[in-house]
Amino acid sequence: MENKLDGNAAGGILQEIFPFDMTQVQATCTGCGRTDAIGALAVYMHGMGTVIRCPSCDTVLIRVAQGRGHYWLDMQGVRVLQINPEV
Amino acid sequence: MSKGFVSRGFQGRRKSGGERGRIPPGQYLERGFPVLSAGPTPHTPLANWDFSLLGEIDPPKRWTWEAFCALPHEKVTTDIHCVTKWSKLDTHWEGVSVDTLLKQVAYDAHYMIAESDGGYTTNLPLEDVLGGKAWVVDTYEGQPLSPEHGGPARLLVPHLYFWKSAKWVRGLRLVRQDEPGFWESLGYHNHGDPWKEERYRGD
Amino acid sequence: MERRTIPGRLSWQLGEVVATQEETARAKSITLAVPHWNGHRPGQHVDVRLTAEDGYQAERSYSIASAPEPEPRVTLTVERIDDGEVSPYLTDELRVGDQLELRGPIGGYFVWEVQMGGPLLLVAGGSGIVPLMAMIRSWAALGSTIPIRLLYSSRSHAGVIYRDELARLLKSNSKLEVVHTLTREQPPGWTGYHRRVDTEMLREVVWPVEQRPLLYICGPTPFVETTATGLVTLGYEPGRIKTERFGPTGET
Repeated sequence: MENKLDGNAAGGILQEIFPFDMTQVQATCTGCGRTDAIGALAVYMHGMGTVIRCPSCDTVLIRVAQGRGHYWLDMQGVRVLQINPEV
Repeated sequence: MSKGFVSRGFQGRRKSGGERGRIPPGQYLERGFPVLSAGPTPHTPLANWDFSLLGEIDPPKRWTWEAFCALPHEKVTTDIHCVTKWSKLDTHWEGVSVDTLLKQVAYDAHYMIAESDGGYTTNLPLEDVLGGKAWVVDTYEGQPLSPEHGGPARLLVPHLYFWKSAKWVRGLRLVRQDEPGFWESLGYHNHGDPWKEERYRGD
Repeated sequence: MERRTIPGRLSWQLGEVVATQEETARAKSITLAVPHWNGHRPGQHVDVRLTAEDGYQAERSYSIASAPEPEPRVTLTVERIDDGEVSPYLTDELRVGDQLELRGPIGGYFVWEVQMGGPLLLVAGGSGIVPLMAMIRSWAALGSTIPIRLLYSSRSHAGVIYRDELARLLKSNSKLEVVHTLTREQPPGWTGYHRRVDTEMLREVVWPVEQRPLLYICGPTPFVETTATGLVTLGYEPGRIKTERFGPTGET
């Protein structure tokens, strides 16, 4: 059994970067077009970084790593984010 | 915030050993074998598995699992070092050296990109994989390499940080221009020498 | 009293342990006074970070067990994983007066508040009960009459976290139902379930599909996946199922 968690587990690292809760933001997958709250995505995280994948097609939506005081954020797998400021 | 804070009484799981000289700077000794995965564990059936040499080579080569198993295998005992700071000493592997694989082809390339099931990639200069420095291994501690550790076959390049030893490797692509791989394109060092602590870009 | 989580980048802060309580032989609740705590919503978690003298750090996430309250205080319930790196420190070493580095609250997705309605189905595997207990405690404190059913899988009667508190809540709240399943050992005379949660058990316990319940599942990863798959098979809307996997930390 691999270390797959729910999107919530990435809430901490994402909120180090974005000044709001990203787990309720809706993300559309470039692989299959599915739209989900980030909290519902599949998260693989360990000492090297956090990888967030589509639960349907496994496409990598978001990757985050940290080193020497910098964050590296790759969102190539996200077609669009829908952010509701009221949430 | 909270700089300098130390948790009273916390040591963590690490053990310092008498093996000082074998542990690169910033590393600690690990007796287990942590599994770090960036995605679901692939389970390619051996009947469908193949291994390829691609890119600037002539001719491209492809081995089925049976053909790969029939290639000359070597035993390798080596230390491995993960950029997340654990080092594991005297690990035992068996596999086909990259020298053996490349001996069969002509190539005009300076770099190798390892490509794995699930899309993971990592890049290496050819001088880091030739001359007895790299293998494609299928056996760990005398047993077939388990899927969680990269089986049926993974790359083994123990003189560099272990993210370069790509799990679930399916091919080596030889190229003239370097192409940063999965972690190299996300802030990790392009080369990754643990003895020079080449962890992140700019180190 | 409605608390909104105040947005902004998360930063680490120091909390002080003001109380600890053994819940079971393996689980301990730790109450922290956190000076800059802005409140939380039931279901959220914190990240905890331990730092050794030489700078080595280990980080883990723990669900908040307490209901939101006016005091800048938060309670975590931690179950000791035998070869874990962080949980044994929290359950065995940490004591009143110590400081603990944490940040949060995190995760507005896995949250249930009374204004979201019901009926509510909570499925807990082992220590997966923790965030669900925050939901139940908040619901009880607000005197809500939304019907809640909790299906709670534990290895043994002695291992049921919050066992007595749940029994008390049952006595004073007719809208709360708790169904236990004890998977490894049962006390003499036990007439309840004594197997792992499966689709048949879910069918017998869950609100009918037509009532469109909100469903929350929390526990070890295999437990969550089996339960979620079972619920979808039974016809519950995937969009109304929220899961929080704790990782592959063994069976319940």
